[in-house]
Amino acid sequence: MSDMLHLVEPVIPALRRYARALVRNRAAADDLVQDCLERAISHWNQRREGDPRPWLFTILHNLAVNHFRRSARQGKHITIDEANEDDFGQDAVQEQKLMYQDVLDKLARLPEDQRAVLLLVAVEDLSYADAARVLDIPIGTVMSRLSRAREKLQQEIEGTADGASKNVVQLRSMK
Amino acid sequence: MSNRPITEDDLHAYVDGVLEPEREAEVAIYLEGHPDMARRVAAFSDQRDLLRKALAPIADEPVPSQLNLSRIIESRRRRPSPVWWAIAAMLMLSIGGLGGWVVRGSLQSSSGGLAALAQEAAYSYSVYAPDRVRPVEMRASDSAQLVQWVSNRLKQPVKLPDLTGSGYRLMGGRLIATSHGPAAMFMYDDDRGDRLVVLTRPMISDQSAPMAPHSGGDVSGFAWADGGMGYSLVGQAAAESLRPIANEVRRQARMI
Repeated sequence: MSDMLHLVEPVIPALRRYARALVRNRAAADDLVQDCLERAISHWNQRREGDPRPWLFTILHNLAVNHFRRSARQGKHITIDEANEDDFGQDAVQEQKLMYQDVLDKLARLPEDQRAVLLLVAVEDLSYADAARVLDIPIGTVMSRLSRAREKLQQEIEGTADGASKNVVQLRSMK
Repeated sequence: MSNRPITEDDLHAYVDGVLEPEREAEVAIYLEGHPDMARRVAAFSDQRDLLRKALAPIADEPVPSQLNLSRIIESRRRRPSPVWWAIAAMLMLSIGGLGGWVVRGSLQSSSGGLAALAQEAAYSYSVYAPDRVRPVEMRASDSAQLVQWVSNRLKQPVKLPDLTGSGYRLMGGRLIATSHGPAAMFMYDDDRGDRLVVLTRPMISDQSAPMAPHSGGDVSGFAWADGGMGYSLVGQAAAESLRPIANEVRRQARMI
């Protein structure tokens, strides 16, 4: 039990961050993490040896996917507008806070599967192989989703940076 | 310097800082000669930084007490484990069984039926699936002997369902005592460690019955009977995800 405490406790902040970035609602995200921890405790002996991070993210990701399916079925969806602004960047200065809020809004517009890859790789520092395990997809699919996620997010960022600039028109007309 | 061409994957790995130093140097040289690509890579790096900074405050928040791991472990300890519930349930069942013995004649037609089978499968799941030490008596590596053993005891040829197509590997199996005679239990698990149990035994009543869902506690499953043999598949997954697996077990059992 004590090695579990040692190995799992340090990962909790990252699990909260991943859950919140996916569902964008503090209470719902923390409920998912709690569920994840309960399962991790009861299935502790089934994890594979080594770093438990990919295993914990796998449990959390599957719970999040179920959560999405459930809310889709119930026609309930927490939109960006409903989410409390204070949910993100508590202490950041106002301007930075807006910038951060803005990139997270754009992130939220990515398709769910692309968003998950980008978060796991670019924010949670999982290796490409571990991200593939978490999402249960081939590593080639991780790479192509990562590429699409970055391209799409970049288009969004550039889109607002220069308004309706020629840049954007060019990018879109090239497709 | 290697002659390997620079790939898209290399560029992303460069952004994420996960390339071997040698390859990283090669990508850097390539980017010097390709300013357009260099701008794109720089934009991806900025994007990565921005995302990390935007999400960092969440990881810095104090962890809410709802997620206090020691407390979660403690509260689980105080809760009776599923195994104890199962044992309690079994005791109740055996008391009920004795009571039933007296009026056996009148109840016989229903007592050996599908509902009883479903309950036996659910109890077997509750008792054996959480077992980390010896969930099965014979492992998958001895599956030929396992099949022979249970077929002898059930006095019926028993077929071992193959659920690899549904993502479940055979762990093994054992013989189970039920008030309707011996039953064969097979256990499976998937990559996440989620377990399934398939229970099969000859049927006294309901020799042939269509597939019906059943649930109780946090397990659910499907039971049916075909040609005198009853089957029940039980797991903790949602019922709708178990149904195709139950269909697969039934399909395989029908093929001789």
